[in-house]
Amino acid sequence: MNHFLSTEDVSRQDLTDLLDDADSFVEVLARPIPKVPALRGKTVATMFFEPSTRTKLSFEKAAKALSADTMSFSPGTSALKKGESLKDTVLTVQAMGTDAMVVRHQATGAPWRIAEWVDQPVLNAGDGAHQHPTQALLDALTIRQRFGTLDGVRIGIVGDIRHSRVARSDVFAFSTLGAEVTMVGPRTLLPIAAEDWPASATEDLDHVISELDVVYLLRVQAERGGASVFPSLSEYTKRFGMTRERFARLKPDSVVLHPGPMNRGVEIAAEVADDERSLILKQVSNGVAVRMAVLFRLMGGEHSE
Amino acid sequence: MDPGDIDRALTRIAHEILERNRGAEDVVLVGIHTRGAPLAKRLAAAIETIEGETMPTGILDIGLYRDDLDTRPKTELGRTAVPEIDGATVVLVDDVLYTGRTIRAALDALADLGRPARVQLAALVDRGHRELPIRPDYVGKNLPTAPGERVTVHVVEIDGHDGVVIETGGT
Repeated sequence: MNHFLSTEDVSRQDLTDLLDDADSFVEVLARPIPKVPALRGKTVATMFFEPSTRTKLSFEKAAKALSADTMSFSPGTSALKKGESLKDTVLTVQAMGTDAMVVRHQATGAPWRIAEWVDQPVLNAGDGAHQHPTQALLDALTIRQRFGTLDGVRIGIVGDIRHSRVARSDVFAFSTLGAEVTMVGPRTLLPIAAEDWPASATEDLDHVISELDVVYLLRVQAERGGASVFPSLSEYTKRFGMTRERFARLKPDSVVLHPGPMNRGVEIAAEVADDERSLILKQVSNGVAVRMAVLFRLMGGEHSE
Repeated sequence: MDPGDIDRALTRIAHEILERNRGAEDVVLVGIHTRGAPLAKRLAAAIETIEGETMPTGILDIGLYRDDLDTRPKTELGRTAVPEIDGATVVLVDDVLYTGRTIRAALDALADLGRPARVQLAALVDRGHRELPIRPDYVGKNLPTAPGERVTVHVVEIDGHDGVVIETGGT
């Protein structure tokens, strides 16, 4: 593995190895001194061409917990404003002596282009509506901690699958790890070629809800056109929201995940979000551990292939 | 070393640990991942037989503390689980003592977990060729070797049998 760009081309063994390493980093992060010297002297550049709070902070915390230095980049204040091309920007950053780049970009495929230009590992922190592979890893880790495995676990991903990079990354990662994945949403928000995805699809949440071990609620993404394809937010909540009534119909050991940021009262009721079976904050803390695992895998030690 | 030799060496080290520390109080055995961990457990069992006291044991993975991460093949990370070590005497346990770099890394790792009163080192085999000013307090067997040779300790818990193998040549 030279880059970490997508969950579509990662083997079950590689995913499992990364989750195993992430378990070790969970333990590191619980220590009195939650820091190890593994990447001392290395520099990680976080290049977020699109706004982000949690993913950027999470990657920076992960790099620092491995003793790497971080350099960050925000488009609002950069030379991009002066018309510098993407390629010139990344080559400039590389020339300053970085050892890996974490990239988020609004354009699908941008991290792949960057990976061709630079001679260091590139980590995709979200490209357009395409992939967000470290999110899928942290979701998988959270589910594995709860159930011990993903093999045979029934996971429903609910909401705007079509415009969600989280959903795409999750579906492929979960199914590679052996989970039974169901995509739930209005037809307008299910993938266009849903039959090509390793998951089943339904428009009826109430029909499947009592069989699910994990209900993964996606954020209603107004900024990606999500709100224009269903009549109203209250209509969405009525059919696909995790209301208190639906939550009561879940199996007693089922859990709720959400990638954040949440729209309380839309896709998730406030009481559900704060319930102990909602693992949303666990996901956030696991995010640091899985990003440490990926950084360590790509930057620590020589590449075996 | 055959299984009997290993048993006898561990029993002797158990006695030495008790003698040096005037008993088992405030002593923690920490095995270095991978094969130090079962050896630490066996030392604890031997000490329990002798003294009737259970000595706490732990396991320390030093994979994230190595100074040769850039040049050695990647291995899976192990788990670290070390009991309270503040103010205790920690006996680090490893299978083979060689350059001393593993122990250097283990000392750094321990320092991040707490502040032991003192740290001692037990090795089943000391094969020499130290590259750092590190020496063992307890040794099962001194085994003079050439740098090109490989010394491998097998333990029942991991390898299915006990033994020490010296291979010549190779890398």
